[in-house]
Amino acid sequence: MKHSVKMTINGQTQSHEVEPRLLLVHYIRETVGLTGTHVGCDTSQCGACTILINGQAVKSCTVFAVQADGAKITTIEGLAKNGDLHPIQQGFWEKHGLQCGFCTPGMILAAYQMLERYPKPSEEQIRHQLDGNLCRCTGYHNIVKAIQWASEHMAGAK
Amino acid sequence: MYPAAFEYHAPASVADALKLLGKLDDAKILAGGHSLIPMMKLRLAQPKHLIDLRKVAGLTGIKEDKGMIAIGAMTTHWEVESSKVLKSKCPVVSETAAMIGDPAVRNKGTIGGSLAHGDPAADMPATVIALGAEFVCQGKKKRTVKVDDWFKGIMETALGEDELLVEIRVPALAKGTGAAYLKFPHPASRFAVVGVAAVVTLDKEGKCTKAGVGVTGAGTHAVRAKGVEAALSGKKLDAAAIEAAAAKAADGVDVQADLQGSEEYKAHLCRVFAKRAIEAAVKRAHA
Ligand SMILES: Cc1cc2nc3c(=O)[nH]c(=O)nc-3n(C[C@H](O)[C@H](O)[C@H](O)COP(=O)(O)OP(=O)(O)OC[C@H]3O[C@@H](n4cnc5c(N)ncnc54)[C@H](O)[C@@H]3O)c2cc1C
Ligand code: FES
Ligand code: FES
Repeated sequence: MKHSVKMTINGQTQSHEVEPRLLLVHYIRETVGLTGTHVGCDTSQCGACTILINGQAVKSCTVFAVQADGAKITTIEGLAKNGDLHPIQQGFWEKHGLQCGFCTPGMILAAYQMLERYPKPSEEQIRHQLDGNLCRCTGYHNIVKAIQWASEHMAGAK
Repeated sequence: MYPAAFEYHAPASVADALKLLGKLDDAKILAGGHSLIPMMKLRLAQPKHLIDLRKVAGLTGIKEDKGMIAIGAMTTHWEVESSKVLKSKCPVVSETAAMIGDPAVRNKGTIGGSLAHGDPAADMPATVIALGAEFVCQGKKKRTVKVDDWFKGIMETALGEDELLVEIRVPALAKGTGAAYLKFPHPASRFAVVGVAAVVTLDKEGKCTKAGVGVTGAGTHAVRAKGVEAALSGKKLDAAAIEAAAAKAADGVDVQADLQGSEEYKAHLCRVFAKRAIEAAVKRAHA
């Protein structure tokens, strides 16, 4: 039996009829058409699918769309405002925090949660908080620098 | 990835969830979904019905209650990790939660889900054994199960098919008590290859009056290391006494060889991590 779901994604209301087994990541990519959220594994380990559900970083490949009924969701497409990159996105740009870019949307949303919880993270803390996000290209060094850059530039902004 | 088809239910109360559980054929409870959904994606689990607890009132939160700390089953690992009450009254539970998986896993996964699931490599089982926790289950009747009767086998617990786990109760640490959980994490999944929790209470002379030690990862389910506890009790816990006690950490564990290591290797890890966890607990008990 299909269920109707209604949620806000990047400020826009979305409502659809979905099968219970539809994973949230596929709902976002295929039903809603926002393909910035990626799928990088079968085992809930890579973090490429990380989004914010009600402000919390979550692996959208490990949630059913029906579980997100009523939720407020932010994906990578929702971070830039009026064409201005979010400071975390800008940090990845400034510090060359990506190569192929596959892991980047998940990295950025994981970083978003991290900086909310720990606005001035140490390098060790950054690395530890990225436990759930795998990158096959950068070796993480520039990702850490990008998040440090964002942390410095967000301090004044809030 | 598409799991096999199922029907989805989201009841609003424990009573309604229990009614569905009793009525539906081949139904599973869905908590944080972070053990169940990965299994469903690989089609290792194909339940016909999922009963989601997300709308059920009264299953989240952490509060003090008669010298114990009551943790609602649907409380997430992150809520446990960041709880002020636990950090001040029983910090080892917060610290254990903080070692589970990664931040996104901890935002969804729940303490009740972890303990109902009984994964042999889960972290929280070691800590709740060492602390002597209690499990409150709700079926037709409410009953409380002691932790020593809880873990039965690989993903097998004392929870009945027609019951919900509603609350986990851990003691507030008494004066002179120190506790620590340490693990050797699997490099990819972060599950415990081996994890050991130790809780020790020392008297004024530094003699151990009470010891609790739980071991996870090594066997088919987490167990109490009775030999270690007996060797610690009544002793002054200097380096030699700790070493001698930790040497018994794999006794009575049905150590399973797997891709991560041979039986000897995992038994060795039990001893090494028991020693480190006891040392850390003793240091805290002195502080
Ligand atoms: C990438 C990844 C890494 C992980 N790493 C670790 C780790 O390092 N250490 C660790 O310990 N765990 C780890 N986990 C598992 C995680 O902690 C899970 O959250 C937890 O094991 C299950 O909790 P859940 O709330 O997600 O339960 P679910 O997946 O929803 O349920 C698990 C099982 O318990 C049953 N159940 C759940 N709640 C109840 C209840 N209240 N009453 C009755 N039955 C119930 C369900 O029916 C199901 O059979 C990891 C998971 C992932 C995806
Ligand atoms: S696609 Fe979700 S964790 Fe890899
Ligand atoms: S930039 Fe290629 S995976 Fe991270």
